[in-house]
Amino acid sequence: MLKKLTDNKFFENKVFVFSVIVLVPILILAIIGPYIAPYDPLEINPSMVLKSAAPGHPLGTDEFGRDILSRLICGIRPTFIVAIGATALSLAAGVLLGIFAGYFGGAVEQIIMRVMDIILCFPPILLALVVVGFWGPGIQNLIVTIGIVYSPYFARLAFSSTMQVKKQEFIEAEISLGANFARILSKGIFPNILAPIIIQISLTLASAILLESGLSFLGLGIVPPTPSLGLMIGEARNYILLNPMYVIWPSLFLGVTILVINIMGDSLRDILDPRLHA
Amino acid sequence: MALLQVFIIATIVFSIIHVMPGDPALLALGTERQQDPAAVAEMRHKLGIDRPLIEQYTTWLRNISKFDFGNSLFNNEPIKNYLAQRLPRTLELAIISTIIAVFIGIVSGIIAALRRGSAIDVGVTTLTALGISLPVYVLGTLFILIFCINLKWLPASGFVKFSQDPAGHILRLILPSLTLAFGMSASIARMTRSSLLETLNKEYIQTLRAKGLSKKAVIFKHALRNALIPVITIIGLQFGNLMGGTVLVEYLFNWPGLSTLLVEAVSHRDYPLAQGCIIAIASLFIFSNMIVDLLYGFLDPRVR
Repeated sequence: MLKKLTDNKFFENKVFVFSVIVLVPILILAIIGPYIAPYDPLEINPSMVLKSAAPGHPLGTDEFGRDILSRLICGIRPTFIVAIGATALSLAAGVLLGIFAGYFGGAVEQIIMRVMDIILCFPPILLALVVVGFWGPGIQNLIVTIGIVYSPYFARLAFSSTMQVKKQEFIEAEISLGANFARILSKGIFPNILAPIIIQISLTLASAILLESGLSFLGLGIVPPTPSLGLMIGEARNYILLNPMYVIWPSLFLGVTILVINIMGDSLRDILDPRLHA
Repeated sequence: MALLQVFIIATIVFSIIHVMPGDPALLALGTERQQDPAAVAEMRHKLGIDRPLIEQYTTWLRNISKFDFGNSLFNNEPIKNYLAQRLPRTLELAIISTIIAVFIGIVSGIIAALRRGSAIDVGVTTLTALGISLPVYVLGTLFILIFCINLKWLPASGFVKFSQDPAGHILRLILPSLTLAFGMSASIARMTRSSLLETLNKEYIQTLRAKGLSKKAVIFKHALRNALIPVITIIGLQFGNLMGGTVLVEYLFNWPGLSTLLVEAVSHRDYPLAQGCIIAIASLFIFSNMIVDLLYGFLDPRVR
């Protein structure tokens, strides 16, 4: 597995290279966005309200005269903070719980996996809507909620892989040699579940962005005035007759971001899981 | 089995509300009236949270089994009435979208599979990638821009009763159901395409062809029947996503269904109403899974 990662297998796949080329600038924007935005995304300008494109405002202005380009550049940051935070949380929680359930079995397995099943039986947005709705919106709550909603996917992956690996002889050999749990985890189990988990990470990132922007669109996600793509689309909807470009730009940006991450996930699956090629 | 699932969901909904940090009574009252201890006590009594937890839980379960969800905190109307009014509208939207999605998805999937590598195949594959990635509200907004504002073919949003204005009702149903159907049909098309391609490579299909059966007969009588089994599974799984999608689509198109009610309840912190909505939506979800299981047995006799 580690050898595979150092191989050039990733860069032979054109789709993967393409998605990286598109995604890297978006990520850079998310990191340095606030420093390069031409205007303060919160700066209100009453003389420039809902212009479609004007000198100095290539993408136009919104209902408060704020620069749409600057809001886009800065709005991708909270989206990525929530998506990456939530994915990291669901990865950590899901993988640990899955490995515990798979390794120890018995009652531990029953409790952990049944709870995961229960989370899975709600459509994600419904669960997130209720939790965020009663808990209050905001970046931290979003991260925790979305992280919980997606952890069962990781838990299931880690659980089934652990079950498979546990039965194999080299793990039994490790145990009989007196290896402790931490060693078995790092040497035996982690390398074997790495590939499916990398694929799941990219899928979860895309789903988390989708979920966050959806909640923000409903007004239950990121709190204004912080710019956020979903929030912008939700607000722009009311001014669709006055400045249709106001709704088009954030939609386009969001759509491209999610599409590219999904394409990357698909290409990763092709690269890491050759069995599915057939 | 389905009843057991509803029971589990009722239990979770109960515990979500009670595990949540903060006193529901305080939240329901808002910041101003929180200061008044009498109002808080009254609200606690109204919500029933001044009683022991076990008693609350058993009352909650008993009432639900009688479809009694209590009254809305805001206008004191029974939640049952709300649900009875809103549920058919969401169901209508969901069923029509599913029909559209199944039709478009299966047909385009079959065409893409039979013309593998052609321009149509590339087109379908690209559209499905878009359909899976594009958020429903982005797609819906684009539809509104194109069909309502530029072309002026359809009314943008709202709802009229079928009995009052059948044509207007159907016109207002078109865009929300197309929006919902798009993402679902993408998944169905993808699955149909790959499943049919896989089936056509199987040995028994080659045997049938070797026996001299026409290509049409092989595809429509034999291959398709087997290829559609995983497609049914996808349809079932996607129905859950569809129920989630209705939350956004109903909001976008001002369609007064169950999900809009849930969003309203959540933003007004109307706990009993939100509980009722979740149980209703989750029951729909479970019910649809049951139907998928039945269909499964119908298509694949081994499961029966």
